[in-house]
Amino acid sequence: MSVDVEHEAAPPRDPKRPEPRPLPLVFERSGEGKVGYSLPPLDVPETLAIPPALCRKQIAGEAQISEVDVARHFTRLSRLNFSIDQGLYALGSCTMKHNPRTNEEMARLPGFAASHPLAPEEVSQGSLELAWRLERLLAELTGLPRVTLQPSAGAQGELAGILMVRKALEKEGQPRRLVLIPDSAHGTNPASAHFAGYTVKELKSNPRGTIDLGALEAAMTEDVAALMLTQPNTLGIFEDRILDIARIVHARGGYLYCDGANFNAYVGVAKPGLMGVDVMHMNLHKTFSTPHGGGGPGSGPVAVTEKLVPHLPRPTVERRPDGTFFLDFDRPESIGRLRTFLGNFGMFVRALSYIAAYGNRIGEVARGAVLNANYIRAGLTGVYHLKYDGPSMHEVVFSDKKQSDLGVSNVDIAKRLMDYGFHPPTMSFPLIVHGALMIEPTETEGKPVLDAFIHAMREIARECEETPEIVRTAPHTTPVRRVDEVGAARNLVLRWRP
Amino acid sequence: MKFLPTSDAERAAMLAAMGARSIDDLFAAVPAEVRRAPDLPPPMSEIEIRRFLGGLAKKNANARDTAFFLGAGVYNHYVSSIADQMLYRAEWLTSYTPYQPEVSQGTLQNIFEFQTHVCLLTGLEVANASLYEGASALVEALLMAERLSRGRTKAVLSAGIHPEYRETVRTYFSNLDLEVVEVPVGPDGATDARALAAAVDEKTFAVAVQSPNFYGVVEDWNAGSAAAKAKGALSVAVVAEAVSLALLSPPGEGGADIACGEAQALGVPMHNGGPLLGFLACRTEHQRQIPGRLVGQTRDAEGRRAFCLTLSTREQHIRREKATSNICTNQGLMALASNIHMSLLGKAGLREMALQSHAKAEYLKAAIAKIPGYRIPFSGPTFNEFVVEASEDAAPLLSRLAARGILAGVPLSRYGAAPSDRRRFLVAATEMNERAELDRLVAALSGRAA
Repeated sequence: MSVDVEHEAAPPRDPKRPEPRPLPLVFERSGEGKVGYSLPPLDVPETLAIPPALCRKQIAGEAQISEVDVARHFTRLSRLNFSIDQGLYALGSCTMKHNPRTNEEMARLPGFAASHPLAPEEVSQGSLELAWRLERLLAELTGLPRVTLQPSAGAQGELAGILMVRKALEKEGQPRRLVLIPDSAHGTNPASAHFAGYTVKELKSNPRGTIDLGALEAAMTEDVAALMLTQPNTLGIFEDRILDIARIVHARGGYLYCDGANFNAYVGVAKPGLMGVDVMHMNLHKTFSTPHGGGGPGSGPVAVTEKLVPHLPRPTVERRPDGTFFLDFDRPESIGRLRTFLGNFGMFVRALSYIAAYGNRIGEVARGAVLNANYIRAGLTGVYHLKYDGPSMHEVVFSDKKQSDLGVSNVDIAKRLMDYGFHPPTMSFPLIVHGALMIEPTETEGKPVLDAFIHAMREIARECEETPEIVRTAPHTTPVRRVDEVGAARNLVLRWRP
Repeated sequence: MKFLPTSDAERAAMLAAMGARSIDDLFAAVPAEVRRAPDLPPPMSEIEIRRFLGGLAKKNANARDTAFFLGAGVYNHYVSSIADQMLYRAEWLTSYTPYQPEVSQGTLQNIFEFQTHVCLLTGLEVANASLYEGASALVEALLMAERLSRGRTKAVLSAGIHPEYRETVRTYFSNLDLEVVEVPVGPDGATDARALAAAVDEKTFAVAVQSPNFYGVVEDWNAGSAAAKAKGALSVAVVAEAVSLALLSPPGEGGADIACGEAQALGVPMHNGGPLLGFLACRTEHQRQIPGRLVGQTRDAEGRRAFCLTLSTREQHIRREKATSNICTNQGLMALASNIHMSLLGKAGLREMALQSHAKAEYLKAAIAKIPGYRIPFSGPTFNEFVVEASEDAAPLLSRLAARGILAGVPLSRYGAAPSDRRRFLVAATEMNERAELDRLVAALSGRAA
């Protein structure tokens, strides 16, 4: 029986599962002579003016499939995903909030989606103005004077930020050797510092999970270029000694880098510029609601203090006195380019649309996010272990300490949560919490959903005590059962073969 | 506020349940000195947002309303309606990196299929889940080659590689004690093979060549590969116009060890230059040094085929500063668009699209070459883009044409300072250009010259 027949028939259907069995690959649906496209007849003479030695005969194995098959294939595949629009997506640090659909419509306007980055300036005023306006809004929100929109995502923003610091220090004398990073930081921080040519020195957190001022004071030598700090940190705890931290870093001539992945905890309420932050990346796909799209595209603008402005990536978007906009390539002290063109422009459109929708009420984003995280915290305190019990901002990090004694791990709890209709929290991060369950509800969840989530987590805790096997063997109702990730790495199959 | 689902009464109930008096209390850890409300206008309604952004969009020329010949790394190719409409499905749009395979099989299988398409097109064995775009993909490919070389310090780049790619390489390499040497293109517009071979030495970890190169000229992958192999370096093939892969000899057959670049041309709208779609493919023996996400096939607890992220120990969330790259978020949704597009076009359509693009560009090139005052400076074969040299500065000429609704090309003056560059511009054609549009450009250029 062909895969199609097998799949289409597939009785008896399991009512719990959206698709009765794994779907064939698009290549396995292929059939000789089927087509899924139409092009107009060629209206110029047919020609091949390239030597045959430089040409290929065919693309062996490529699909042959109709549009109908494609529609069905990708619709069915989509049903195997959990998404924000289906329910609470508790993936901490990722900020899985509602993605407004106006933004999608705006990004698809022909003037944006069908425009080209290298069109003459006179016919690109709309995109230049849009970038300029978004930059000004992000500058206002961060309290820092200038912003680059060029970085493609947060990690590239980090690299851009540290490269600017390096350039500034070189100008002052020498670039220094070390970057300090707390042990609670995102893995991208040390990786980015490394690719900027720095040696990473890890800073141990204090018993509260925050920066240990004594340890910082001791580590902050004149060989340290920057402290990379996440505010609030990855435990969801606000570094309340931020002004002291900035003072210590600045006293030794270092720069304070803020990882803005968690900006949604205080956007519109407080400004990093007032905290002494010198440079900060933001994730438009987190705080500013651009969709995560199954893993990108993102966008990672970086805001900088006056001292770093000369080093911004090239080109910058500028406004002339007559109100027209242009790209300024004449920036001799720039770190250079990090990618092609202006950046992920389509994300700029969405973020600007989002900020415009909130306007001066954008602080409600942070207020809602913090309220929701604390509500979950209150609902689960005592049920799950909370290693660091400082005040939570937009997320809360529990662990499986109580449950692991019963032979159930955070992975099991996460998988079981799927059966209750929720996307699991981020697991095993931050590294300073063993068996972490990092929960970020975001401001776009309402009380009934939060209550249901709390209920589910409490039920699972009860199951861990009464019927641990059901948790250990979870999930039971997902499109596939627990996936053998170890097997995937051991026996690598990374593509289909004709 | 329509994106906030909590009513005042619910908020009060939540605070009461938590034993908190107000939301402000929850911000107690934020020092008063750093609190400041932003100076922003009041919220806009959906109608006002449409008016505001619609107004900005109208100030841009777009490919639908103009005679359009811009390329240089971003191309105006056909994309079927179904590709974009599929991206609107919430299950694709509003999900994230598939860390939890049991509830992400859609995204995972999509990436596995995308990886397969990239392998089939490049003739290589392994491809990753996507990278940001072409320039950073080249950086990642070079850094991968550097790691594999264990201690070599020099990259040899053809000057036919997109200038923004080369500038990006310099940015990334500036603090890594790595050297970049550029080899010029010859009078035919292709990389000078002899100079390339001479530039490679025992310190060289990679030799990178782009085809079609920035000037549109089709290169022979074997030249770069031979130069690399002679000194034990890796050969990196760069592709900025991925539709060409359907017609031209694939990198894998030309001895390339790594292929990388930009796949925007395969199903992603131009988006004013982003989001685009970086890709990277390599040989099996090098797969453990590949940067970015990888999806592998495996089984679930009941023995069914399933997919998951794999070889994560290469990545930053585990390896931190020792990771193969700092990349986390990549271009998931664009990889989906491209998978749908490549599947629809398939074996026959990808080739037909490439052949049509080539035929239109050849028609245009021949016609422009006949206009007095214009010449085609490079003699090498081209795919769908070529350099034109005018008898006057190109940038003002192109601006005048743009005012008449013809986006005729990209001036090389944007990238180079050589006096001849000022009069040169790149013209691209695709299956989207109908003959009348091609003739309109020729007539407009003839008018200027007359």
